[in-house]
Amino acid sequence: MKFFEAIGRTVIRILEEFGHVFQMMGRVAGWTFRPPYDVPEFFRQMVRVGVDSVPVVFLTTLFTGMVMALQTVNGFARFHAESLVGSVVALSLTRELSPVLCALMVTGRVGSSMAAELGSMRVTEQIDALTALGTEPVQYLMVPRIAASIVMMPLLVIMGDAVGIWGGYLVAVKLLGVNPVRYIENSFQFLHVGDDVVSGMIKAAVFGLIFSLIACVRGYYTTGGAEGVGRSTTRAVVSGSLSVLFADFFLTKLLF
Amino acid sequence: MEARRDPASEAGAAPKLRAEDLHKSFDGRVVLDGLSFSVADGESLVIVGPSGTGKSVLLKHMIGLLKPDSGKVFVEGQDVWAISERQRNELRKEFGMSFQEGALFDSMNVYDNVAFPLRRSGRPTREIRDRVRECLDIVHLPNVEQKRPSELSGGMRRRVGFARAIAHEPDILLFDEPNTGLDPIMTDVIDEVILNMREKLDATIVTITHHMPSARKIGDRIALLYGGKIIFQAPPDEFLESKDPAVRQFVDGSAEGPLTPEGQVVGKTRPSEEP
Ligand SMILES: Nc1ncnc2c1ncn2[C@@H]1O[C@H](COP(=O)(O)OP(=O)(O)OP(=O)(O)O)[C@@H](O)[C@H]1O
Ligand SMILES: [Mg+2]
Repeated sequence: MKFFEAIGRTVIRILEEFGHVFQMMGRVAGWTFRPPYDVPEFFRQMVRVGVDSVPVVFLTTLFTGMVMALQTVNGFARFHAESLVGSVVALSLTRELSPVLCALMVTGRVGSSMAAELGSMRVTEQIDALTALGTEPVQYLMVPRIAASIVMMPLLVIMGDAVGIWGGYLVAVKLLGVNPVRYIENSFQFLHVGDDVVSGMIKAAVFGLIFSLIACVRGYYTTGGAEGVGRSTTRAVVSGSLSVLFADFFLTKLLF
Repeated sequence: MEARRDPASEAGAAPKLRAEDLHKSFDGRVVLDGLSFSVADGESLVIVGPSGTGKSVLLKHMIGLLKPDSGKVFVEGQDVWAISERQRNELRKEFGMSFQEGALFDSMNVYDNVAFPLRRSGRPTREIRDRVRECLDIVHLPNVEQKRPSELSGGMRRRVGFARAIAHEPDILLFDEPNTGLDPIMTDVIDEVILNMREKLDATIVTITHHMPSARKIGDRIALLYGGKIIFQAPPDEFLESKDPAVRQFVDGSAEGPLTPEGQVVGKTRPSEEP
């Protein structure tokens, strides 16, 4: 009995969370295009989501590109297809790895801090104070964060694409002795900017929406003091990352 | 079902704030239990009651921060939960509220906190600056403008919260324990400011306090909240001299009497017309 009760409770909690997220998406959409527009706050959040994430994204995609090259050069050598390494690295990075890994890293970095920030504002009644002053917290707190995430994620991913491809080149050419001209030629031979790069950016924008929305909702509905803030932060990262991976599957199915 | 009153039809004689049969529980624990009261335009009501009876919860209902499980809240004859979210936000701009713990925005310095309600109303910068200075002077905090809330003492935070609540000179003021934890001089300063607000702005004021001398000084009427209801209300002198056992116990500060920590009224309390 206990077991089924636990399962039931978990299911209810997940459904409830879904409900909150979708309801909040509607509210955020409604408040986004209403004045007053807090442009300075929007820029502050763009810096926080985008600029401040550059080092993390740089390292993540650099090493991913490098390890991709390492693996494929070794693997493809078995059937004499080393010449295709550049394409494989470029395609898998732009279509899949760069968006997903960026999203996961930024969820951990920025999503957690958004949830913690809104959560502690909730438990110290700062959100109540905003409301009491006639300021809609959804508009004042969530809209700039979510909008900034949607805008900055694709830009981070573009940078990630370039860094990853460069990392792959470094390993393949400098370390494993693949012909540089062949490698570069091959890298861009099958890469369609319109399909591959743009679809990666679309994914990234959706991931930006997902992780920031979940982080804001988790923070907004925080209860129970400092411990509650910790719980919200963890859940923002866990459900944010999982949702990104789920969404990735369906988006890939849809976009390609 | 009892007859539903039409708020519009009584708008002429409507009290500024009115609560009707409010019920609110948290996780099965009843906090408000059929509470009704009203505050006339320009009146100053003081709410007293033991700790944990739901005074703060009641105040949050008046400004629509909490939604009652059942019952209605009217502000200027308008049902707070019958209008859109946007209209509710507009309505809230007529309020100024100070929170028990200050609730200052800790990402901003003191100046920006107090300026917040002013900026939102789009006043010119110079006017905002003068008004912020004025409000901080009123609460005797002249040199803290650039400090963060985390650098202030509890009493200072509370006073900044108070300054923020009155900055935009609102019509309706809700103060949640504005003078708890302040020294006697500061307590009196706050009382004076509240009196001043009422005279200068004709504001309608609801104050929660545990400090009976303040209650007497600033209130036109004192209401005792207990067991989820207002069990007694009267003008200050009448309240303080009342023979009602619950009121006596509270005013005299005695552990013995009909008010128990569990929140149940033991024995009968007398109706609130004549003490
Ligand atoms: N958000 C909430 N969730 C759950 N319970 C709450 C919440 N807010 C208040 N309560 C409960 O409601 C009751 C009344 O709380 P409230 O803060 O209104 O007390 P109070 O009369 O203001 O007390 P004090 O004089 O100590 O400030 C308390 O028992 C509290 O536990
Ligand atoms: Mg309280």
